[in-house]
Order: sequence, then C-alpha cells, then structure tokens
Amino acid sequence: MADDIIVNRDDWTLHRKGHLDQTRHKEKVEEVIKQQMGDLIVDESIILTDGKKSTKIPMRSLEEFRFRYDFNKQNHTGQGTKKMSPGDILGRDQGKGKGKGGAGSGAGEEPGQDIYEAEVTYEDLANILFEELKLPNLDDKKRPLIAHDRPEFNDVRKKGLMANVDKKRTLLESIKRQAFSRKQDKDAKLKISPEDLRFKTWETRPNFETNAVILAMMDTSGSMGQFEKYISRTFFFWMVRFLRLKYENVEMRFLAHHTEAKEVTEEEFFTRGESGGTRCSSVYRYALDLIEREYPPAHYNIYPVHFTDGDNIGSDNTRALTLMKNLVEVSQIVGYGEILRTHYSSTLMSTLKRISDPKLRLVTIRDRNEVYDALKTVFS
Amino acid sequence: MDNEMRALNTMAQDIAQVARGMGLDFYPVNFEIVPAEALYTFGAYGMPVRFTHWSFGKAFYRMKLQYDLNLSRIYELVINTNPAYAFLLEGNRLIQNKLVIGHVYAHVDFFKNNHYFSRTPKDMVERMSAHADRIHAYEIRYGRDKVEQVMDAVLAIQEHVDYRSHIGPVQESDNQPKFIVRDKEERHSCQGNACTGKCPGNSASQSKGSRQKTRQNSISSPYEDLWEDLLDDECESPSQQEFEDLLLYIIKFAPGLEEWQKDIVSIVREESLYFYPQIETKIINEGWATFWHAKIMRELDLTDAESLEFAVMHSQVVQPSRLGLNPYYLGVKIWDYLAKEKTIDELFELRETENDLSFIRNHLSKKLVEDLNLFNFRKVGAHWQVTENEWEKVRDNLVKQLVNGGHPRIVVLEGDYEGKGGLYLKHCHEGTDLDIVYLEKTLTLVQSLWGKSVALETIVDGKKYIYESSNRIVSRRLAGKTQGNDET
Repeated sequence: MADDIIVNRDDWTLHRKGHLDQTRHKEKVEEVIKQQMGDLIVDESIILTDGKKSTKIPMRSLEEFRFRYDFNKQNHTGQGTKKMSPGDILGRDQGKGKGKGGAGSGAGEEPGQDIYEAEVTYEDLANILFEELKLPNLDDKKRPLIAHDRPEFNDVRKKGLMANVDKKRTLLESIKRQAFSRKQDKDAKLKISPEDLRFKTWETRPNFETNAVILAMMDTSGSMGQFEKYISRTFFFWMVRFLRLKYENVEMRFLAHHTEAKEVTEEEFFTRGESGGTRCSSVYRYALDLIEREYPPAHYNIYPVHFTDGDNIGSDNTRALTLMKNLVEVSQIVGYGEILRTHYSSTLMSTLKRISDPKLRLVTIRDRNEVYDALKTVFS
Repeated sequence: MDNEMRALNTMAQDIAQVARGMGLDFYPVNFEIVPAEALYTFGAYGMPVRFTHWSFGKAFYRMKLQYDLNLSRIYELVINTNPAYAFLLEGNRLIQNKLVIGHVYAHVDFFKNNHYFSRTPKDMVERMSAHADRIHAYEIRYGRDKVEQVMDAVLAIQEHVDYRSHIGPVQESDNQPKFIVRDKEERHSCQGNACTGKCPGNSASQSKGSRQKTRQNSISSPYEDLWEDLLDDECESPSQQEFEDLLLYIIKFAPGLEEWQKDIVSIVREESLYFYPQIETKIINEGWATFWHAKIMRELDLTDAESLEFAVMHSQVVQPSRLGLNPYYLGVKIWDYLAKEKTIDELFELRETENDLSFIRNHLSKKLVEDLNLFNFRKVGAHWQVTENEWEKVRDNLVKQLVNGGHPRIVVLEGDYEGKGGLYLKHCHEGTDLDIVYLEKTLTLVQSLWGKSVALETIVDGKKYIYESSNRIVSRRLAGKTQGNDET
C-alpha cells in the first residue's frame, strides 16, 4: 500500500473565515447604503406602501475594479446545441446597468456580470437610519396623569382566594406529603388536603408607560403642492417610526392650517389641498390649546413639527414668534421645516431664528434628498 | 478512524495504485474531508489560509448560496503543493468520491509535470499562511481600514505581473525594473493596434544580460532572489522602455509608499504569480483530470448501480453550458479526440508542454469545432448575434481571449511623467477596447498606490486617448494634443 496517500478528517466547526469576510462585505454594502441614504429614505416604494415593500439599489462600488475589456465590444465564443450560422440572434441585451459601462448580460451565462443588486428592506434602512439619530431631551419620568396600577403575580402563599389557586404547586405539595407519610400504598389515589393548597398572590405596581405625542402641523395654503406634502409625509413617516422605538405609545395628531387651523385626519392631511393665505400663529395657538387640554407636558413628551413654505403674512410674525416660544417651552423638541424651491429664506424663518433655545430645530429643505439631513438635524 | 474513513482510505490507496499503474505521476496527496462551509471558503480564497479581504467574503457568499440553493456543487478542491492537499466534500457518496479521487490524482499529475507550474513554490500553504499573519499584524498596527485601502488597490491590478518571466525550470532572476524617463523623441516602440506583445523592448527578451550575471548566484528558492540582490541589480539594456511587471515597478519606485505597504504589494504579487499558471491552464487541466477520472473508473470494478451513478455524474460534469463554454467539456473533448490518434506517451508529453492557449491553438480542429457547434458572437445593436462559425475564426477568437490570461496587457512606460513624478502606463491594444468605467476606477486605485498622478494610454473606437488620474479625479484627452482636456 502506498503510504503517501493520507485521508483525514478534522473538526472544521471553528473555521469561520469566510463568514468573517462576508460580514465585512456586508458592512461595505451598508456603507454604500448610508451614502445613498438621502435618496433611499424618500423612496416612494417605501413611503407609499407604509414600509411593506423593499427597494432595490445597484451597488457599483462593491465591484472589484480592474483593467478589463469592454464586454459589449468583445467578440465571444459560445457553444450551441445545434449548428449556428452567422446572423442568428442569441438574445437581447437586457439593458441591465444601462448607461455608462453597463455590465453586459444578454447572452445568458456570460462572465463579467458583476452588478451587485442589493435589496434593501424597510427594516435595513430603519436600522441604519436610526443608528444615526438620537432623541434629545428624552424624559422617561413623564407618565400619564392616572398611572394605572398593574397587578403582578410574583409570590405564592398558603392562604388566598380560591380563584387564584396554584394547581401545579398544590399538586406538588400533595405528592410530597404523601411520599413522606409512606402509609399509602402505591396505587392509592392522590388526595389533596387543605394544607396542600397554595395560592398565587400579587403585588400592585404602578405602570411605567412613557408616552409621546407628535403634533404634525402643515401649511395647507394654496402654495403647498404635491412635492411639499410628500416631503413632510416622508419626514413624519420616519419620525413616527423612530419615536416608537423610544416610547411605548406614540400618538399623532394632524393639524392643518392656512389662516385658520383645524384638526384633520391623516388622509386629509396629506391629500387635501386648500387655498388662501398663511397665518402660522393660528396653528401654534391651536397646538398650545390642544396641549393644555389633552397632553399635560408633565406627562407627555411632546414633539410639534411644522412644515410650511414660509410664506407667512408679515403682520403675523410677531405673534407667531411669541406662541412658538411658548410651544418650545412645553415640548421636547420643536421642528420647523421650510420647504423652499427658491434660495430665499422667509421672514418667518428669520424671525424664529431669534429663539435661541436649542430645542427649536430649524431646517430648510430644497431637494428631496435633504429629508435625511433634516431628520438628522432634528434628532441629534 | 471510523469505518467510513477506513474504507475511504483503502479506496484512495487502491485508486492511487491504479492511476500510477496507468502512468500518472503525482505528488503525495493528503485528502481532507471537509464540510461544505470549509470547502466553499477554500474555494473562495483559493487556499485554506489566506489574508482577509471582503472580496473573498463576497465570493464565499455567492458560492455558498449556489450550494445552498442546489444550483452548483464543488466536489473537490486541489491545492498545488507538495504534498498536494485535496479537499473532499463531506457527504460525497462513495462512488462520487471514487470519481473525485481519480480526478484529483490527474490534477496533481498535471501540477507536478506541466511546464508552466515548474516554478510555483511547493510550500505555498505555509507561505500564504505566513502572509496572512503578516497582513493581520499590519491591521493591528495600522488599522484595518488603511490595510484595506492598500489591498483594494493592489488587488485591482494583481494580474499585472510579469508571469512570462516566471515560467520554466530556470533558476534565474526576474527581469529588473529600471526607472524609466523618456525623451519625447524616444517614445515607445509599439503603436496602437500593431502591438502584439512582441514589440522590441518587451522585457522578457531584454534582460538576458542581467540573467547571465545572476545565474551564478545559484538560488535555492525561486523567489527569494527577488527581494534581495536582484532588485538592486542594474539592468544594462538601454533600449528597454517598457516594463511588464506593474506591481514590481510600484514596489520599487512608488514615491509615497511605506515599507509595510510595499510588503502588501509584494505579498499579492507573489500569490498572483502562484495562481497565474492555474488561470492559464484551466481548460487543459480540467480536461485532463476529467479524461483521466473516466479512464480510471473504467479500470475499477464497479457494480451496475455504481456504473450508472458514475455515468450520470460524469455527464453532469461535462455538460455543455448554454452558450458559455464549460472548460471541463471543451478540455475533455479535445483530450478524447487526441487520445484517438496519439499514443499515451504523446499525451503525457502534451500535458507537460501545453497551456490553454497552445492547447486550443494546436489541437482545436475543424471537426471538433463543428461537432461541438462552436461559434463566435458579439453585440450588434441591442442583440447578441452569431457572427462567425468557420472553425479557424472560432479557434483564433478563443486563442485571443486566452492571451495574457484574458487580461489586457498593461505596461509601464515611464515613472516620471511630465517631470512631475507621474506614472505613465500603456495599454497594448490588441483589438478590443477597455471597459471605460472600470478603467477610470482602477486608475484612481493605482494612483492611491503610486501617490502621484497616473496616466494610461489606450485606444477607444480607433482613437488614441490618455486617461489621467490625479487627486482622484480622472480626466481624458486625445493623445497628441498636449494641452486641454476634452472631457472629464
């Protein structure tokens, strides 16, 4: 027998190298996602389906670049199942990665196709996005007015209500007792005597619920178009999901205003347009009243966010400023967003800049991919 | 050792005896039974232990996914070392392993005897494991990101080593890089389409002087020479204007590269030189192993059930793929064909002297091209269209794709471009344009290694362009014009 042939079998369970580098590759994918975050979080397929759909992004940057031939200009050799003649069509270019370069596909199993198309789910995006956001002024101590007590069964006693009898422990006690007594023969039925009984008892504990309320305020005057609404919708979409991570209950109220403010449903808020001028103080007034009536600041974390195009009636600015100051006082954070297509900053924005409280976060959004930055500004 | 292992061991010994009896000549083989995870890791890295890089993780993930989805399956992996290591997939059935073991012996026979492998180090497992340790130490010292940056850049140009001067049993040096500074009049010898890699100034033919000089230094290991005396050796050929080994040139002359970064380049270079012969013998080697496993199986006493299972598995291995070319299939067809008209000794001689390129060029006959329904195709408009089916054109096109391992030939023309320390590269255009997106990205990566600007001359749609990357921005201009960028 040849002794230079050896067959061996080791334990390979600790061999994890492939997985480690795979993890690194995944990290790189996430880096790319992060770079494209601004575009991704405003993706319609996520916002309009309420996060149920995933979105696909091509990831060129994960390709392994090298000097290589242009696949589309190359003459290839293939093999057919029958004789092929010049002019026969093999397939159509699927147009993947159209535009520059383009990874050639087309002829089936060709090499050189290196587009890495990652599917990004809502969860992936949320995880990466929320990693970067944080909640300033988080106050866990705030509780609703009536902190209702919650019973917690955490003890066992010999006396108690019959309805709370602990059957398992009672049976155990019975078995134990009869085993000690040794008088019974083995076939005797198990008897439960009063001293075997065990009862569950409870303690009452106050319920530590933390609550948050978002007051979504939007200018619905004639100048607010589809784009402006979509931007604010996207912002609220991620904001609600982010706050739900931190609070057990997140409520959302929708306040629409032009020269007057009123509360509307979510659907109306994002779809219905109205006309007329803009008086921002009206909605601040409405919000303050709402807070006073239903959301005492001692018990609620309040997040008012206002989106407008900033086109406020000049005479209203002073009033708006005063009310905004009050609003800032009672809230965790106040977001004020101006969605502008021009490069001018409005007078309301410059008026509000006089408030130096860091709880007021002012953002200007000019392009859809600035929603990401706006989120980061408000939640940082 | 349990029963199964004992049976496998006996089987491996028996098949070795049969194979040697038939004339195969291979190194000792250590078989290792490994689970799919491990096998696919080795497949992705090319070696049981190798340095860390995300691209391996990506490859591993892809291969593993294919396996998990039952789309493809690797049965074995053979490492070109002495003794050779062969990894068999845990859960292979006995008959599968019979076939695979025969296949492995033929691969090892090829590694041992084929001319192109004569200088690959036979202790590469240990070397690469040492490389991995060194790179890991750099990661600890300089941080993972910094090492990764260098690695990303080096891996992008890993094919551009002078593998031609690393062929053959000769104990001689690589040819030496010389820092090249050109005068305008002196500009390079090969022009555009005419360059076939044989132009004067091609390194392999130029370095005879230095080779003779170093021959007496009788070197025990074929690579140790590289880093010491030979690097400092003066190249005497004044007409040498092109340098093939981009990595070596960078190690030697990159102005801003630190020692540890150079070491990474040299590690990648050494591993690239080791893998190159495998890349250029894929068809012939797989064909050889498939040819022999079939031959060996016919020598073994198989039960009817085993014969059937073998036939099924063998036909899966040599299944022609749709439109693409299965190297196993093409290779084994040529060997089968050759076996009909040549003696066994002649076959053994061919496995010593040929690589894919010469194998196809010399032995892909008219009959084979027609039997296999081979044809050329290319993109015409939005369609992929058959362009030719004449056997010589098919053969020549295959050959063309095998030149230089299928990679474009890039040479260094100058290391002090425009007097500003820039690196000037030239793509020796051989009929096919480069992928421009890839070119630009790769150029920025080379620039990150070189430190100063890097330019590359190539031809796009018949016009000569110079792409230049400086400060990570790539610009393009028509060659000939000295001023003005026409596009960025």
